[in-house]
Amino acid sequence: MSTINVKIEFGGGLELLFSNQRSHKITIPARVPSENSSKAGDDTESTESEGRPVDLKYLIFWLRDNLLKEREELFLENGTVRPGILVMVNDTDWELEGEGEYQLKDGDEIVFISTLHGG
Amino acid sequence: MAPRLCALCKEARAILKRPKTGQQICKECFFFVFETEVHNTITQAALFKPGDRVAIGASGGKDSTVLAYVMKTLNDRYKYGLELFLLSIDEGITGYRDDSLETVKRNQEQYDMPLKILSYGELYGWTMDAIVAQIGKKNNCTFCGVFRRQALDRGAAMLNVDHIVTGHNADDIAETVLMNIMRGDIARLGRCTLICTQGEDTIKRSKPFKYAYEKEIVMYAYFRKLDYFSTECIYSPDAYRGHARAFLKDLEASRPSAIIDIIHSGEAFEIKEEVKVTQKAQQTCKRCGYMSSNELCKACTLLEGLERGVANAGITDRARKTFNTEGQTPKDLRTIPFFQLPGSGATSVSIVAPT
Repeated sequence: MSTINVKIEFGGGLELLFSNQRSHKITIPARVPSENSSKAGDDTESTESEGRPVDLKYLIFWLRDNLLKEREELFLENGTVRPGILVMVNDTDWELEGEGEYQLKDGDEIVFISTLHGG
Repeated sequence: MAPRLCALCKEARAILKRPKTGQQICKECFFFVFETEVHNTITQAALFKPGDRVAIGASGGKDSTVLAYVMKTLNDRYKYGLELFLLSIDEGITGYRDDSLETVKRNQEQYDMPLKILSYGELYGWTMDAIVAQIGKKNNCTFCGVFRRQALDRGAAMLNVDHIVTGHNADDIAETVLMNIMRGDIARLGRCTLICTQGEDTIKRSKPFKYAYEKEIVMYAYFRKLDYFSTECIYSPDAYRGHARAFLKDLEASRPSAIIDIIHSGEAFEIKEEVKVTQKAQQTCKRCGYMSSNELCKACTLLEGLERGVANAGITDRARKTFNTEGQTPKDLRTIPFFQLPGSGATSVSIVAPT
């Protein structure tokens, strides 16, 4: 099964939920099942021709299942990131790239920044 | 998705969608509109005049760091002629404030501005850690807010400044409007949307980011690569403001203009005459001289409560009764030093505009 490598950055305090580490390099499957709840890499039944190309929506759940250490509700809400968390894809607002439907490519850099803290 | 061109310059690739307007713009145009909108807020409200000494309330967090950067940029670009200072308050919260103060010290060097730090410990004799140890986590934000407001004024008086600016953003002000409605706080409701507040006995205080979205401030800091400290105050999770904030975030998610619209509603509120007359007139505290609605200002009341072991005296009715019946104020009670505005007997300071 082919995979892609993606770089993840957390900012604005979010890193505290992810082992206090701001930068992560991860490897995720290039194609994923069409419905969205699986743990990464365990789905031996999906083949190259099934499912869909991996997208940001999948990545968010993947992060929750594999990297998030605590307080899931501070990162994820209603199937997407909690309101108040900004997502940048290769230095571009994810709202311009289709939000959850943006299809990840090898080498992409995704940044999650929380705005929910004192100024 | 095919790359879009910036809606403003039509040349560079759009890299963000402005939460405020939905426009898709490039990085340089974003910097320009963000900075220009703050400039317009400042000029339309005629906040400053040349030669003003301005203290920037700096916590090391995103809003105050971006504020310091933008004030410096605009001061240079549009020649406001201001003398800028950084003013920081150390509430004495271990693991939160001590880290963010390191950020302010870095800001001081990066932006080349004088810095003054004033602590609760030296001013009131109590750090927030000590206060929370005494009263728990339910009403501690009240203490912190009251003490900090006075501390900022006192720090500014020591620096002999004409004006304090704080990084309160549109989200903060919208949350405050909602909170005051939810709590029936009429007096505050009438004041909280003012961009510039000044009492007879306090230093002018403004919020240049009044119309700046919190999201845009974070994006600005990200793209400008500004260095800020970003952790929630360890005592804040139970704060009442959390309810208003969660509600506002949901409103923003479905209709981004909700934030500005709530502020406009707040600005349009007018208090009924029969309610206005029941509001208390401002006077000065007979103990420390700071502005007050009662004989003793809130800070002195809270402090006396802490010192006498009836910490909630300033907050709950039951505690206030205990406080009043338990005898006189002891003669050796720790009090806050008397407050004097700059210019009231202080020697004049020569002001030179930066070249």
